[in-house]
Amino acid sequence: MKFTALKALGTSAVIALVSTSSAWATECIAPANPGGGWDFTCRQVGKLLYDLKQVDAPVQVTNMAGAGGGLAYNHVVTERNTDADLLVAASSATTTRLAQKAFGDATADQVRFVGAIGADPGVIVVAKDSPFQTLGDMVDAIKADPGSVAFAGGSAAGGFDHMKPLQVLKAAGFTDIGKVKYIGVDGGADAITQTVGGFTQAMTGDMSEIVGFIQSGEVRALAVLSEDRVPGFDDIPTAREQGFDVVAVNWRGFYVPKGISDDEFSAWATKIQAVADSAEWKEAMAANGLAPFTKVGGDFQSWVDQVVADTEALSKEIGVIQ
Amino acid sequence: MELLSNLALGFGVALTPLTLTLAVIGCFLGTIIGALPGLGPSNGVAILIPITFSLGLDATAALVLLTSVYYGAMYGGRISSILLNIPGDEPAMMTTLDGYPMAKAGRAGDALVISGVASFVGALLATIALAMVAPYLARIAYKFGPAEYFALYALAFATLGGMASNNQAKAALASFIGLAIALIGLDNNSGFYRFTGGNLHLADGIDFLVAIVGLFAVSEVFVFIETHGKSSAVGVKLGKVTIPWAEMWSTRWTMLRSSAVGFIAGVLPGAGASLGSFMTYMMEKGIAGDKGGFGTGVAKGVAAPEAGNNAAAGGALVPMLTLGVPGSGTTAVLLAVLMTLNITPGPTLFADRPEVVWGLIASLLIANFVLLAMNVPMVKIFVKILTVPPAVLLPGVTMVSFVGIYSLSGSYFDLVLMIVFGVMGYVFRKMDIPTVPVILGILLGYQMENNLRHAMTLSDGDWTYLFSSPIAAVLWIAAATGFIAPMFLRGLLKRPPTPESAIED
Repeated sequence: MKFTALKALGTSAVIALVSTSSAWATECIAPANPGGGWDFTCRQVGKLLYDLKQVDAPVQVTNMAGAGGGLAYNHVVTERNTDADLLVAASSATTTRLAQKAFGDATADQVRFVGAIGADPGVIVVAKDSPFQTLGDMVDAIKADPGSVAFAGGSAAGGFDHMKPLQVLKAAGFTDIGKVKYIGVDGGADAITQTVGGFTQAMTGDMSEIVGFIQSGEVRALAVLSEDRVPGFDDIPTAREQGFDVVAVNWRGFYVPKGISDDEFSAWATKIQAVADSAEWKEAMAANGLAPFTKVGGDFQSWVDQVVADTEALSKEIGVIQ
Repeated sequence: MELLSNLALGFGVALTPLTLTLAVIGCFLGTIIGALPGLGPSNGVAILIPITFSLGLDATAALVLLTSVYYGAMYGGRISSILLNIPGDEPAMMTTLDGYPMAKAGRAGDALVISGVASFVGALLATIALAMVAPYLARIAYKFGPAEYFALYALAFATLGGMASNNQAKAALASFIGLAIALIGLDNNSGFYRFTGGNLHLADGIDFLVAIVGLFAVSEVFVFIETHGKSSAVGVKLGKVTIPWAEMWSTRWTMLRSSAVGFIAGVLPGAGASLGSFMTYMMEKGIAGDKGGFGTGVAKGVAAPEAGNNAAAGGALVPMLTLGVPGSGTTAVLLAVLMTLNITPGPTLFADRPEVVWGLIASLLIANFVLLAMNVPMVKIFVKILTVPPAVLLPGVTMVSFVGIYSLSGSYFDLVLMIVFGVMGYVFRKMDIPTVPVILGILLGYQMENNLRHAMTLSDGDWTYLFSSPIAAVLWIAAATGFIAPMFLRGLLKRPPTPESAIED
C-alpha cells in the first residue's frame, strides 16, 4: 500500500510539474527557458498588465525555447498570425538574429514590433590595471594595431555584444573591422572572467552583467552606450560624450502577430505604455538594472526597421552574412 | 571565528519551519527527479522555477527549495544507474559502469548504500569547502583561459581510451561519433550554423539529455522487447539493505580523493559534474590498476564517481556565487533564478547579501543530512518505485522519458531525435560499442572546440600558445602521461585475468 501511494505521489508530482498549458485570454510567449531575460519580460509585464487592469484575466506565460527565439518566431508567423491575444517577448537579440537571417527564411517584417519598455545599456569594460583610461585610448590602440585588443562577450560572433565595439570603431572612422578580435563565451560574467584574467583586453556586454564587478573594483567601464549616463552609475561616461556617436542598448519589449488589425495593434501599444508609466514597473526596472527606454506603436516599429537595416549592413561588413 | 558567526547567521535564516519543510520536499522531489531517466537536475530545477514564483517564496526560501532539488537529483541519479543500467542524469553515467554489475551480482543494496554514503561525503566536503574558501577559490577561474581549458578537455579525452576494458578502437570510434554530434548547431566563432540542414530545431545543437535518454533508456526498451525481458537490465531484485561497513571503510581514500578532484572540476566553469565523475572514476581506476577490477562491479567504482559528482555539484556553486559564472547546466538555471529574485551574483554577493549566501550554505548542510537519511536507511522507498514488474516499469520509464525530453523545449522534434538515439544505442549494444564515450564526446566536444578556436583567435593562429602557461603545461603533461602510460604498462605487464572474487563476493 505504502509504496503504491508513494508511486502515485511521485508520478502525479511529475505530471503536475510538467503540465503547464491551459487556456487564458492573453498569452505571452517567452522564447526561452524560465529564468532568462525574455521570461522576466513576460512574467513581470504580464503581471502588471493584469494588476493595472489592462487585461481581464491573468496573462499566461508560455516558455518556447529553441534556436535563440527562432522556434517561437516561426510558430507565431505560421500558426498564430491573426491571434490578437498574443504577445511575444523580444529584445535586441531578436532583431540582430532577424537581420542576420538566423531564423531560417524568416524576416523582420513578418511580425509587428509593438513596444519596448526598458533597456539594458551596452558597456565596454576593461580590467582595473588596463592601460586604457578612456574609450579614445582604446580606439587609438586598435587603429595602430587592430590585433592588439581582443574583446570577450556573451554572444556568438556576429551577435549583439560583438557589434557594440565594432559600432564604436566605425563611428571613429576605422574601417578594417574584420581584423578586430572577438571571442564569444558563455555569458557576460564569463567574458569578464577572461578579461580580469588577462586573456582578453576588454569585455563587451550589458550594464546588468557588470554591476557586481564594478562595485568590487575589479573592472572599470570605459563607456556606456546609452543616450545619457545611467542613474546610479553617474561616473561612467557615455560613448557620445567621448566623441563616438553610438547608442547600443539591449531593449526589452514585445512583438505581436502581423495579421492583427491596426486597432488591435494600437490597443496593445496603449496598454504597454500604461505599464511603462506605472510606478511598479519603474521599481522593477531599477531592481533589475534596466534603464528607462519606452517606444511604442508605430514609432517603435520604424525604430526597429532602422536597427535591422543597420545591423544587416554591419553584419555584411564583418562577414557573418553574405 | 568569522566562519562560525556566519554559519550562525545562516542557520538562523535556514532553520525556520518553512525552509526546513521546503528542504525536505525539495530533497524528496529531487531524489525522484534524479532517479527518473530523462529528468535530471537541470530540468528538475527549471520545472520548479515557475512554482517558486507562483508560491511567492522569498529569495532564501526559493533558493533552499531549488538547491535541495539540485542536491537531491545528484543523489537520486545513481539509483537508476545501479538498478536499471540507465543513468538517471548525465553525471550518474559513470556509476553504471560498476553499479550495474554489482546489482547483477545480487549486490544492489551494497552498491546503493556505498554510493549513497559516497554522495554524502562528496557533497558534505564540498559544502564545507564552499563555506570556507569560496571567495579565495573564485580566483582560480581567472587563471583559466582558452589554452588552459583546452588542455583540461584534452586531459579528459586522453584518459578515455582506458575506459573500455575490451576494445580501445571501439571506444575511440564512439567518442569520435560524440565529437561529430557536438559540431551540430550554431558555431560560436563564426556565427554560422553547421550541419543543421536549415532545421531550426538543430540550431542550438543536440541536447545531451536527449542523447543520454535515447542511448540508455530507449535502447533498453528495444533490448527488452527483443529478448522478452530475458537479457534486459530491468527487473533486478533488491534484497535486504544492510550496511557493508568493512567494504565501505575500504573506499575511504577513494571517497576523499574523489571529493577533492570533483570539487575542483566543479569550481572550473564549464567543466561541471559530468567531468568530475568521469575524471574521478578514471583516476581511481588508474590508481587501482588492472587488479582493481574496475568495470566488473567493485565498491570503489561506485564510490569514486558518486563522491566526485556530488562534490562537483557543490564546487559548481563557487563560481556561480562569487563570479556569476555558472559551472554547470543546473547552476546556469539557478543563476537565472537569482537574477530574477533581484540578487546579483558576483564578487560583492558575500558582502552585500550574507543572509542569502550563508542561509544557502546552512540549508545545503541540512539538505545533505536529510538526503543521507533518505538515501541510505530509506532508500527502499525510492527503489520500490523502480522495482515494480518490468512490464509495468518499462512503459513507465518510457513515458517519463518522453515527458522529460518534451519538457526541454516543448517540441516533438526532440522526441524523434531521442528515438533515433535509441536505435543507435541498440545497434551499438549489438556491436559491443560502448555508449558512454558518445555522451562524453557530445558533452566535452563543444567546449573543447570553442576553447581551441578562442585560443587560435587570441594568438593569431600560433599553436604554441596552447602550451604557454604553467597550468596548461602541467595539464598537457598529465594528458600525455594518461594517454601513453597505459600502453607502455600494458606492454610490460601481462594483463591479469579479471579477478573472479570481485564478481562472486
